[in-house]
Amino acid sequence: MADPILSVSGLSSGYGDFQALFGVDLDLPERTVLGLVGANGAGKSTLFKAILGLLPRSRDMVAFRGQPIGDLRTERMAQMGIVMVPEGRRLFRSLSVEENLRLSADHGRPGDWTPERVYELFPILGEKRRQPATALSGGQQQMVAIGRALVANPEVILFDEISLGLAPIVVNDVYAAMPAITGSGISAIVVEQDVDRVLRLSQSLVCLSEGKVALAGPTESFTKAQLTAAYFGE
Amino acid sequence: MNFVDAIVQGVLVGGLYALFAAGLSLIFGVMRLVNIAHGDFIVLAAYVAMLVIQATGMHPFVALIVVVPLMAALGYAIQRFVLNRTLGEDLLPPILVTFGLAVIIQNGLLTLFSTDTRRLSAGPIETANLSMGGITVGVLPLITFATAVGLILLLETGFFRSRLGRAFRATSDDAETARAIGINTSHIFALAMALSFAVIAIAGVLLAVRSNFDPFSGPARLIYGFEAVIIGGLGNLWGTLAGGVVIGVAQSLGAQISPAFQTLAGHLVFFAVLAVRPRGLFPRMD
Repeated sequence: MADPILSVSGLSSGYGDFQALFGVDLDLPERTVLGLVGANGAGKSTLFKAILGLLPRSRDMVAFRGQPIGDLRTERMAQMGIVMVPEGRRLFRSLSVEENLRLSADHGRPGDWTPERVYELFPILGEKRRQPATALSGGQQQMVAIGRALVANPEVILFDEISLGLAPIVVNDVYAAMPAITGSGISAIVVEQDVDRVLRLSQSLVCLSEGKVALAGPTESFTKAQLTAAYFGE
Repeated sequence: MNFVDAIVQGVLVGGLYALFAAGLSLIFGVMRLVNIAHGDFIVLAAYVAMLVIQATGMHPFVALIVVVPLMAALGYAIQRFVLNRTLGEDLLPPILVTFGLAVIIQNGLLTLFSTDTRRLSAGPIETANLSMGGITVGVLPLITFATAVGLILLLETGFFRSRLGRAFRATSDDAETARAIGINTSHIFALAMALSFAVIAIAGVLLAVRSNFDPFSGPARLIYGFEAVIIGGLGNLWGTLAGGVVIGVAQSLGAQISPAFQTLAGHLVFFAVLAVRPRGLFPRMD
């Protein structure tokens, strides 16, 4: 496998006095998708927030292309090339679809992903570009959230449950964009409850349980039964 | 005729109240910060203008070229190095800290300048009048009102059309997510405060030309500013202008009944609006 573009080592973090992660290790090889699985409360979202510096972490706990970046402030991470599609989308409600994308493009890195290219990927967003982002349907909002991550021209995107609360058919629409995204050279960590989808999408898997890595390895080395067991904490 | 005249004068005074309030409204909108020292910073700006005028002999309006950037820089520094540390889920810490700043400014000004009342002289413009359709309008109040309208137009346009305005709105919506997409929210908050202080500088000079001030004139300005913001509705600068005008007209009409009724009428209207429309006349924010 290629060298990791993003590495997490010995990451411990949490909310105030409550520790949620205990020495998590994880490597994301370049140009691959890593499935991050585990039961609710296992620490998946917490791990994303800690990687981005929204929760405490220290210098050596996160490395990007071998360089320790765990001491960088959150607002530097997008420039570094690491962005998140957060759980619940978290679109800016007083901004239009277009403004949500432009804002991210303004603060991200230069590159091929522009709002126009996002409209090619999700044509419906082009039609609704002037509307307030939160006036769109759930699936369309998720597309805006994904587009907002893309226009920063990142190297790594952390996808946090992008299917949450969406109808199955809409989930398919949203995931239909995945090949175009990974095909453009972006690496990704994907949190997803649908075991089959994770098995199809990812090259490697990490299973979290109660804030610790319970299982890790190439996706093909796991059976669906093992994964299902992992989701429910064995 | 007296009645129409009172309304016109009231509307023009409302422009000054809107200037007191615009800076408050702006920072509350961007970072939910209630600046108790707002009125004292207006008075501080007046003293800064006084020193600049004493040193250079400039006209007060020309002195704004110096006072506006000075106050904006002060605002940036106070936000970046003091108030940013107090921001969070809890609204109380920034209120306490700005209350402390208010006490410091009042007593600092007292030590430096004593309780003597001061005034900035703007020359003949102070007493110049225009007669329009039987109503006499002071040039200075007219300039004040036009400044308020112009500034609010500028702020609103910037807020909704510019890159920086986008970042202000996004940060106001969700500061954590704004940081995650690369916005330096500490810097954005400080820029918002700098903008607020630029408006404070203009309000301070216009206040000082219009009326006497002393180190303890601030809190009364704060009250009018607050009332204008609340009447207008949070997060809406045009509403803030409307709020200022409502208070100005109420005071002016109150003064027609009895001079003693002037200030009280403004506060009564404020309570009346709160009772009927608790979220203000034109709320944009929850």
